[in-house]
Amino acid sequence: MTEIWHGFVKAIELIVSLDPEVVEIAGRSLRISVTSCFLASLICIPLGSLIHFHDFCGKRAVINIIQTLFSLPTVVVGLFVFVLFSRAGPLGGLGIMFTPTAMVIGQMILISPILLGLTISALGGVSKEIVDTAISVGASSFQTALAVLREARYAVGAAVTMGFGRAIAEVGCAVMVGGNIRGFTRVITTTISLETSKGELELSIALGIILLSLALIVNVALNRLQQS
Amino acid sequence: MSLIEVVGLNHRYGERKVLENINLNINKGEAFALIGPTGAGKTTLLRLIDLLETPASGDIYFDGLCIPKSGRQRLEIRRRMAFVLQKPQVFNLSVYDNVASGLRWRGEKNSKVDKKVDYILEMVGLRDYRNRNARTLSGGEAQRVALARAMVVEPEILLLDEPTANLDPGSTAKIEQLVSYISEQGNTTIIMATHDMPQGQHLANRIGVLLDGKIVQTGDANQVFRSPQDKEVANFVGMENIIEGVVTANNEGMVTLDIGGGAIQAVSDFPVGERVYVCVRPEDITLALSRTQSSARNSFCGRVTQVASFGPLSRVEMDCGFRLVSLVTKVSAEELSLQNGKEVYASFKATGVHTIKKGR
Repeated sequence: MTEIWHGFVKAIELIVSLDPEVVEIAGRSLRISVTSCFLASLICIPLGSLIHFHDFCGKRAVINIIQTLFSLPTVVVGLFVFVLFSRAGPLGGLGIMFTPTAMVIGQMILISPILLGLTISALGGVSKEIVDTAISVGASSFQTALAVLREARYAVGAAVTMGFGRAIAEVGCAVMVGGNIRGFTRVITTTISLETSKGELELSIALGIILLSLALIVNVALNRLQQS
Repeated sequence: MSLIEVVGLNHRYGERKVLENINLNINKGEAFALIGPTGAGKTTLLRLIDLLETPASGDIYFDGLCIPKSGRQRLEIRRRMAFVLQKPQVFNLSVYDNVASGLRWRGEKNSKVDKKVDYILEMVGLRDYRNRNARTLSGGEAQRVALARAMVVEPEILLLDEPTANLDPGSTAKIEQLVSYISEQGNTTIIMATHDMPQGQHLANRIGVLLDGKIVQTGDANQVFRSPQDKEVANFVGMENIIEGVVTANNEGMVTLDIGGGAIQAVSDFPVGERVYVCVRPEDITLALSRTQSSARNSFCGRVTQVASFGPLSRVEMDCGFRLVSLVTKVSAEELSLQNGKEVYASFKATGVHTIKKGR
């Protein structure tokens, strides 16, 4: 118990004193997850809109598959990216294995089903009358899609937050495709995993607090946005 | 010249026929009201005219041009119209952004948008609400936003679907005032659906009666409300007294009708022997406690069977050997002490009687 308390106090010291290693790891985590979330949003929000606004054969099945992939295991994504980008893999020539780029790609794959699925249900939550209103006021198909997306902006915002939360909190994929290389691909979750196994609790607790704080900040910001 | 011409229009939802062989001309600058009970197909017809749906068969002509079933041209034509839906619908944006949306979608410059939106907000009395989120407004205010959003694009045709349904009397009056103002300007053709007959009567130049997906009569308010062309229309427009009868005499357009329990004088051209429905509007029947001398050719003695409140009026049902219904002011009902069993004299003019050939 004393050891844990000691670790906790030390962790606070590390945060308050802006320990270079803590700052560097937290900064990298944030950079990778924000990038993956941003890029996945760029692809998934328009793609989700496309699926929502178009009727095609097998649409229900596609949505079911997307929803099933919400609980995609991080290690399976890690394995997939590993097979794809390892030297012997089909994209091995790109040489991005064990780099932040591979981690971004892994996280993008991981959170895409969440972003896609929640975007589709957010758009589905906008009433048919609002769609009709936009069309009758003179919106083109594209303008109607944008208007509906704007109506669903808070729900889409929540989808992005969920995606970001999953990206920054995952560890399996980050270890497998990033390699947890100190000063290069080491992020909060991989450090916590490694340091805890080494018995170095101070750094783990400090990073754990930072991770929770980041989640809290993002959620508070989203709530503020929704209330405004 | 017709701005909208509907030719042989049919529409169905699945197996259910919603509109059947609709033929309709709407002239430039007129205010046309579609009246009919709920479920008659009024909204569907408006949606088809606004190109929100494509008809199962038939054509709609806009300013002489046959509207294609698909393609970019539909958007261009739709942008010359505006539609206010029955339930007030506003985007989750400020009042200003709501009203500006149609202009922005048409690519108007910001300075122009600003000017037009401010002008229209002033007109609908929502200038002070400019920056408020439209979702926080009351139903009446939201409907004014919807109307402003439609008007600001200066549409050639303004489609209104039950614009005052679910609104309080104050909000209804404001919306009617605005519609009346737009109509008086004469630049906008108005097509509105309503089941509120007095509203259709005072806002429209011409009325179309839609029953069970079919346009059964079109004409001015007087024609529709005083001379319905068949029994169903008569029923719908509030002719509460519809009695079967036979023409027994015709003296140069003044006919005598045998209605079983008595004879009714009416102005009509039907020949002797013709079986007809005799229709009298309840507000055309006056009541008195004794037989009085008046110009009314028809007077019947009867007993009151029911007195009920009907808005500011009293609705009185009588048994005169046949059933008669009259609408009188509350003051009259009190002065006559109308109550069940009371003997009264019901009188109405021969010109107040409308006859419909039976079987139409």
